Amino acid sequence: MFDSLSDRLQGVFKTLRGQTRLTESTVEAALREIRLAMLEADVNFKVVKAFVDRVRDRAMGQEVMKSLTPAQQVVKIVREEMIALFGDTEGGLKPAARSPRVILLLGLQGSGKTTTAAKLARWLTKQGRHPILVSTDVRRPAAIQQLNVLAQKASIRACDPAGELDPVKRASAAMTEAANTGFDVVIVDTAGRLHIDDELMVELQAIKDAVQPTDQLFVADAMTGQDAIKSAGEFNHRVGVTGVVLSKLDGDARGGAALSVVSVVGVPIAFVGSGERIEDLEPFHPDRVVSRILGMGDVLSLIEKAEAAIDVEQAERLEQKIRLDDFTLEDFREQLRTIRKMGPLESLIGMIPGMGSMKALADHKPDEKQLTRIDAIISSMTAEERRKQDIINGSRRKRIARGSGTSVEEVNRLLKQFVQMRKMLKSIGGMGGGKKGRRKAMGMLHAMEHGRRN
Amino acid sequence: MSLFGRLRESLSRTTTQIVERFDEIVRRADEPEQRSRPVDVDTIEALEELLIMADVGMPATEQIVNAVSTRARRGEGLRDMVKDELRGIFAASAQPIPNGTTPHVVLIVGVNGTGKTTTVGKLANLSKNSGQRPLVCAADTFRAAAVEQLEIWATRAGVDIVRAREGADPAAVVFDAISSGRSRGRSPVLVDTAGRLHTRVNLMNELEKIRRVASREVPGAPHEVLLVLDATVGQNGVTQAREFMGAAGVNGIVLTKLDGTARGGVAVAIAHDLKLPIRYVGIGEAMEDLIPFSPDDYIEALFQETW
Repeated sequence: MFDSLSDRLQGVFKTLRGQTRLTESTVEAALREIRLAMLEADVNFKVVKAFVDRVRDRAMGQEVMKSLTPAQQVVKIVREEMIALFGDTEGGLKPAARSPRVILLLGLQGSGKTTTAAKLARWLTKQGRHPILVSTDVRRPAAIQQLNVLAQKASIRACDPAGELDPVKRASAAMTEAANTGFDVVIVDTAGRLHIDDELMVELQAIKDAVQPTDQLFVADAMTGQDAIKSAGEFNHRVGVTGVVLSKLDGDARGGAALSVVSVVGVPIAFVGSGERIEDLEPFHPDRVVSRILGMGDVLSLIEKAEAAIDVEQAERLEQKIRLDDFTLEDFREQLRTIRKMGPLESLIGMIPGMGSMKALADHKPDEKQLTRIDAIISSMTAEERRKQDIINGSRRKRIARGSGTSVEEVNRLLKQFVQMRKMLKSIGGMGGGKKGRRKAMGMLHAMEHGRRN
Repeated sequence: MSLFGRLRESLSRTTTQIVERFDEIVRRADEPEQRSRPVDVDTIEALEELLIMADVGMPATEQIVNAVSTRARRGEGLRDMVKDELRGIFAASAQPIPNGTTPHVVLIVGVNGTGKTTTVGKLANLSKNSGQRPLVCAADTFRAAAVEQLEIWATRAGVDIVRAREGADPAAVVFDAISSGRSRGRSPVLVDTAGRLHTRVNLMNELEKIRRVASREVPGAPHEVLLVLDATVGQNGVTQAREFMGAAGVNGIVLTKLDGTARGGVAVAIAHDLKLPIRYVGIGEAMEDLIPFSPDDYIEALFQETW
């Protein structure tokens, strides 16, 4: 996400870096690029204007013009101003004053409310809460069923009073059930509506009055354009919005709406949706996103993901094994699975500093399927084969290929690459590793994903 | 009410906002004493702001603004000049719809939540009302309850549906639908596909497979691949269109949810940057609220009356 804005700003700063002193004309040139980049990222026109003016004021100031490192100074200013724009409010939910906590989801059609409802319930469950879901969308065909199916998949209770087609009564039924059975969060999904649809806005107010929500989250599509401000503003004006959920941020949408809604409507972004899986919802971190825009990578998110996926003991065992040159195919498979638990490879790569702008990576999108095949090949080996890959002869290879639905060539390639990888791991000795070794390791992982020969 | 009237009605909210701003600009620029002079900087800036706020995007906005600032001395009204430019952009993107073989196969594709399923339902209704015998195909086997949603639309429109279990291979469902359409004499076959972000390589490859299956069954199929875009979408809409053109052979756009305050200006950007024609516009939640796109009506409705 945000790749293009990040790339363009990096391009601007690269030219700035080459100069020892800033002149007014170079600053203007940089500002023009920033303006263009922001507009193309769908940042609201007025926000862009104000932003550029503020950066200009500060960049033309004495401290910068006289500084020995003017480019860094400008980057610093842009960074600070962006954080100011995003607001410095961390995402997530504030502690609720009463129980049950009631979360009302609002938004236009197709912004992702129903999916967000299920993801949010899942996230709350992980926080040790007991959420109950209810759909009040009696308009879109099969919307209630959609929520029920999602809830069932995530083992979350969905309240669905049979035959009840009144949105307010449906919401109230969930409140009653929560009070009677001890659910401590009620998530109310609503029908998508246009902010100018009077009848539906009145209905929304009625639902609000009935459930007295603690949080009113506006679900906004990351791909949305200049109109986002107007719709978010109108929802805020009519029913109130306490936070924004930015959905579909896993595409290449630049999410400039994020910047704009925060600064114009004045509500913080609470969560971002980063994928299609039910786990793919994270609290929003303004500073991290700014770092990512500026090309500094989102290492913190990456570490958090890794922490969630990696079992510490397992990691220590692995390190030990590498040191003792005892790294087997079994360990390799375990490692692959750990990486995949962290989410789609593409989104992981985007978090590594500098990776977002690497052209080579853009051409070679990682192929998740290839990892599945590697997993299948290793799983088709016997336990002994996994521990001692040397015993895998021609007829074993044939059997493994048949068992995993791949070809002997693929099995050969994997084994060859595994041997090379072992050699390399041994030479860099554990997790430290020099720059060269790391680069080589990256290249190798890359080659495996694409099933190319090394 | 005429189609033009309906479109105008749905765009009226859009229009009032555009027009109010524009009126102000134009009134100043079109005063007799101003007509022979070049357009002043304020007017150009206001025009630029207006187009960008409508999601028209930088390249198309620059073209329009440049054209206006160079032509401004000829004594023409500003309003006509902008209209002319827009008309030129749409005209350059016009393409005929491929046809000839039956059944006529239409794939509906797009990212999540733009209104694909609803569009298939409305298209079926539109096609039935024009005397054809459409068949809808529920190939969104991923999203929970997508098939059920389309079934409800099919029942409302009174057309047959070919469906599959959730999780089935979409290409197989398309194969079934085409064979069924052929043997029952149904055309067009309208295929609803799962929403997918254009950055997901595997999912885009799945569309490629659907295309392959369709073209093996009917030469020249899919005749139409329509990308459904939400009118609220920003400049990412251009990227979506470009990616779906490359991976799925998109040859037309459906612009939905035009009944909000969003202007769908990205349609202009797409026509300008990619020369992709807009085929239909969705202007409301009722089944009849999908109409063929007419550039002239769109422009007229956008810039009618007050100026």
